[in-house]
Amino acid sequence: MNGNIWVLASADSVAIATTLVLAALGALFTERAGVLNLGIEGILLTAAISSFLAADSSGSIWLGLIVGSLVGALLAGIHAVLSVVLRANQIVAGLALVIFGTGLANFLGKPAEGKTVATIIKPLSFGPLSDIPLVGPIVFRQDPITYASIVIAILASLYLFRSRPGLELRATGDDPATVDAQGLSVASIRIRYTLFGGLLVGLGGSWLMLAQSAAWHQAATTNGIGWIALALVVFAGWRPMRLIFGAILFGFTLQLPFTLQAEQITFIPSALMQMLPYLATLIALIGLSRPSTRNKLGAPKALGIPFVRDER
Amino acid sequence: MKKMWKLAAVAVTASLIVAACGGSDSSSDTTSAPAAATDVKVAVVYLGVPDDKGWTYQHEQGILQLEKDLGVEVKRIENIADNADSEKTFEQLASEGYNLIYATSFGYGSPMANVAVKYPDVCFQWATGAKFLLTKDGGGAFADFAALPANLGTYFGAAEEARYLSGIAAGKATKNNKLGYVAAFPIPEVIRGINAFTLGAQSVNPKATVQVAWTKTWFDPTVEKQAAESLLDAGADVLGQHQDTTAAGVAAEAKGAKWVGYNSDVKEAAPTAWLTAPTWNWGPYYTKTTKAVADGTCPTDEYYGTMADGMVTLGSFGDSVDADTQAAITAKGAEIIAGTFAPFTGPISDQDGKEVIASGVKAELGALLSMNYFVKGVIGSAKG
Repeated sequence: MNGNIWVLASADSVAIATTLVLAALGALFTERAGVLNLGIEGILLTAAISSFLAADSSGSIWLGLIVGSLVGALLAGIHAVLSVVLRANQIVAGLALVIFGTGLANFLGKPAEGKTVATIIKPLSFGPLSDIPLVGPIVFRQDPITYASIVIAILASLYLFRSRPGLELRATGDDPATVDAQGLSVASIRIRYTLFGGLLVGLGGSWLMLAQSAAWHQAATTNGIGWIALALVVFAGWRPMRLIFGAILFGFTLQLPFTLQAEQITFIPSALMQMLPYLATLIALIGLSRPSTRNKLGAPKALGIPFVRDER
Repeated sequence: MKKMWKLAAVAVTASLIVAACGGSDSSSDTTSAPAAATDVKVAVVYLGVPDDKGWTYQHEQGILQLEKDLGVEVKRIENIADNADSEKTFEQLASEGYNLIYATSFGYGSPMANVAVKYPDVCFQWATGAKFLLTKDGGGAFADFAALPANLGTYFGAAEEARYLSGIAAGKATKNNKLGYVAAFPIPEVIRGINAFTLGAQSVNPKATVQVAWTKTWFDPTVEKQAAESLLDAGADVLGQHQDTTAAGVAAEAKGAKWVGYNSDVKEAAPTAWLTAPTWNWGPYYTKTTKAVADGTCPTDEYYGTMADGMVTLGSFGDSVDADTQAAITAKGAEIIAGTFAPFTGPISDQDGKEVIASGVKAELGALLSMNYFVKGVIGSAKG
């Protein structure tokens, strides 16, 4: 049964979901602090090529992951400066970051074009556990970062809803004036979580490069996964646990067109299937960009609004 | 105030786009006078970038040889999607005075033909093209062959010869007779390659089947890897590909399967999985045609290179290809070069078992260039 294509496709979907979980968690932390960072796609790409270059020149996948994550935080730092310190329009700043990140990645990627990573992050094997019907391939044949992404999401949920700093984080996104009145620095909290969010996005981009794509080709590595991640946060109602399932579902829709082809199921046009995740993303982004719909969806109430003490 | 913001945003975005795009073709500007030898101004339009270790890389090797042979400097335009938008690129090159333009992808055909009508003095060369496809009957915009611009030639080669040979390696390597094939677009070029690969595999392993996964992209490592994984999930233990990246090889390597690449000899991308790959040698054609244009004639025939003239070649063998298989492939290759064997020689039947090429008949070039059916043993739809 473990050779069944649907079992294996489900296992692939869980793997594909890794980047989505990490990137969406990064966006979630950022947005929970009240900062809307639309630049995820650009951060993913730049982190991906950075991790490639680091892993390729050092021969260490782990160094690649670290460098990619740090580059993610660095780019998010640009967004933090623009949107928190300079109080720029966050939508514009985020879009600029996408364009900047894409251009930077293409520039950095010039020497890497067409190269393949020497070794990729490989799935772990848990001996007999990996051979359990159904569960084995899906649960016990993933790579370390995939496991890590799920653990991080669970920890994030506990942190957000069961800890004091988590409460402060949520309050910063909902009602920064109150947090300010408590004597906490809204700007400092927002900058910290924007950076942390970028770190997670960077880790996601690095995994995408070093486990999934394995080869750098400009303009084709992320395929809009950064945008899907943003939509995922909306669909998950800004809650990490729901986000895990949403990511696996999106991962499945990304894998499905090929599985249907392999199974000779052709009554659904493959072009339509390939479009679905992006269509869902489009709808979510429309919702995200309108403050009134945003609130109905359960977004942090001060999302995207710069905090200015005098205007209280 | 709000309007000001919008204006500023537009300005910032626009400048960033310009900045982001500016890097791509700066390295190869050749507006300075060419270094004599000929006064022909040559440009080449690439789908990707010259160092992609795939399709564009092989063309770049040919262009480099042309530059060396004739002492001309060639203008490269990189990263041009092969859709209707590419017309602007061709129009610009023609208006800048380039009098020989090579376009290296299938989708450049109609946009380039449209520009060719407007610039009759410029010679246009369409790689992988077929003039038939520009005519009404072939789904194009021109009434018939006579209506086609007289300054447009096509060039391509019989990759199917090398694909047939690589199929032999795949047919020998499979343990469960299930081969997979990651394929770009359902066009004759790709379909022909899948069929040749299948026929080659069946020539040594009659039970071999080839399952096809369409990606609808020429190069996209992430999507191609997903497609490759779906084929491996379905049980394939050898993968072939018509894609410009090595993603299928990476997927095969990770799951212990074997792999036949394409375009370039890139064993290092998947050392254990590597069997061999059909590859290209474009240099001689570029040199020959540029010389012709310099002498005042635009080659307008539909050039179709072969293994015999060296445009199509087979890459090196992987370690798992045993000596017997190598010898069999080499012998078959010699027959192809000598002209005593052609991959598409009947009897060949399509997926439904209907005979499409009669026994003993060698398919003509026209039939090859418009092939739109899968042969028996291919699993999947030739319509994509």
